[in-house]
Amino acid sequence: MTIPTHRAERVSAPAGSVEFDADVLVLGGGPAGTWAAVNAAERGARVVLADKGFCGTSGATAAAGTGVWYIDPDPALRETAMANREKLGGYLQDRRWMARVLDGTYQQSNRLADWGYPYPLDDRGRSQRNSLQGPEYMRLMRKRTKQAGATILDHSPALELLVDDDGAVAGASGVRRQKHDRWTVRAKAVVIATGGCAFLSKTLGSNVLTGDGYLMAAEVGAEFSSMEFSNPYAISPAFGSVTKTLFYGWATFSYEDGSVVPDAASKGGRSAIARALLQGPVYARLDRADDDVQHQMRVSQPNFFLPFDRTGIDPFKDRFPVTLRLEGTVRGTGGLRIVDDSCATSVPGLYAAGDAATRELICGGFTGGGSHNAAWAMSSGTWAGQGAADYAAQLGRATGRKLSSAGTIAFRSRSRRAFEPAALARAAQDEVYPYGLNYFREASRLQGALARLDAAWRDVSEADAAGEADVLRAREAAAMLATARWMYRSALARPESRGMHRRDDFPDLDDRQRHYVTTGGLDEVWTSVRPHADVAYAEAAE
Amino acid sequence: MIEVIDAERCTSCDICVNVCPTNVFDKTDGIPVIARQGDCQTCFLCELYCPEDALYVSPFADETQPVDVVALKRTDTMGSYRRAVGWTDDTRDRRGVDRSYLLFGH
Repeated sequence: MTIPTHRAERVSAPAGSVEFDADVLVLGGGPAGTWAAVNAAERGARVVLADKGFCGTSGATAAAGTGVWYIDPDPALRETAMANREKLGGYLQDRRWMARVLDGTYQQSNRLADWGYPYPLDDRGRSQRNSLQGPEYMRLMRKRTKQAGATILDHSPALELLVDDDGAVAGASGVRRQKHDRWTVRAKAVVIATGGCAFLSKTLGSNVLTGDGYLMAAEVGAEFSSMEFSNPYAISPAFGSVTKTLFYGWATFSYEDGSVVPDAASKGGRSAIARALLQGPVYARLDRADDDVQHQMRVSQPNFFLPFDRTGIDPFKDRFPVTLRLEGTVRGTGGLRIVDDSCATSVPGLYAAGDAATRELICGGFTGGGSHNAAWAMSSGTWAGQGAADYAAQLGRATGRKLSSAGTIAFRSRSRRAFEPAALARAAQDEVYPYGLNYFREASRLQGALARLDAAWRDVSEADAAGEADVLRAREAAAMLATARWMYRSALARPESRGMHRRDDFPDLDDRQRHYVTTGGLDEVWTSVRPHADVAYAEAAE
Repeated sequence: MIEVIDAERCTSCDICVNVCPTNVFDKTDGIPVIARQGDCQTCFLCELYCPEDALYVSPFADETQPVDVVALKRTDTMGSYRRAVGWTDDTRDRRGVDRSYLLFGH
């Protein structure tokens, strides 16, 4: 099929800036963003994709290998795949969305195969499609994004959204870090695919993921959902960045003196590791992997072995120190609230996909691994791209709209106090890294953290605008701070333990809280609850 | 963190400058420089994209490490990641050897 391509048009702009006129602007060039760009372009939209780093290496997927929630379209297999997840996710999934995502993931994976992704063949010659190698996958997605006619702006972080007089989102602007100038894209619809927020914890590939899209969306009034499910930690060597929790399923965990940490496991026993780390160092050895498994690990995830091979550690024989790195909402399930099947947010013209959006619809309060996030990225990216393109087409010629910039924090000159991005980022990290605050939650500790975070927000709200050199770091730090406040306000609004959210003061699941927590706001953070679809239907039938 | 751009092997193609997701390198009139080492997230992707095996990323994510480049080049470390994932001409068959499907469900 030949698709007529319509390219976004570069228009004249003042010196020191570039400007484009587009139908759809996609922010973020990971899996969700590239699927959105490809699908919007295939619907005839003129598309610009702006990535903070390099589309193809940027984000949590590109650096890693990921499972994919790919299930053959056999009703019994699909039923099992959905049912398996419900308890884990705290019964907050939505069956209709799970089925949609399984269909979407199946279709997009087949497209990847058609495009030449080198899926492995098993012993019986069947193509195995439940895993993707990040570098290979994202190199292919960059190529397809360009072939679809989208214009890619690399090293071009967005800093703020543009809105029209009615408050509809109409583009964004940012900086081109390597050209030392500014960019503006006027667009009829914007897809936020900027990923989650991992608070610069160096969990593999995630340091570009600082919640930038959340901050921009919050500035135009977007809502978030399930932000209390934001505290997964991944196992890595203490000195290194490579997190591959799956492989630690073959590990034995021990204390400094060599004795085994009771109940410690990568699955279902990570909290025992966190508790042990509060006391002192913890070591791992993958001594339960036999020769076959060792070989399969080597060929499946070569980068897992780089930290070991380069330090002379044999991870199958030697004990090595491990740590838990916060993955925040990258592997949590909270994010921008989705209001319809096209992945629209609560703000006109604004769509969300991938980890930037809530994954509550298919994961509830727990993801476990990359598999569901990968499936969600390709499915939600596809729908958001199509939805944004359709919205743009329905808007028709949008000439003559008067646009204004929606950015607030780090753009306003308020006082003679300097904005200090590094100190602000540390202030946010200090409240979200500690296991005693975030992994194991409790009302008074959460309130204490929130009081400090709110004070930091008030303080920085009164700081001067950040300078040209600092504005990106300032916005990142502000986004991390805002994210931490939505997380903990939502955590307080859920006095129970469900999914990954565990409260020391409410250790059990409470059937009456089978609902979603919505949050939002910047100067004043608010929360409310929405019923789960099943509960809403049951009440309607009474 | 990224520690080495080997001046002997580097051809100044600037691919690393382009592909680094955290913008760690800067172009120069000659070979690129590691301009913002502290921003490196130790993702190893620059190594993967370097066609000359001229880069070395130390596995230590939070601290810099002195590297003896002469000794390093006597080993097969530089380029080892690229070969392992099949991104060199003579290792292409490794691109389709992912065996993760045998490991899931453990």
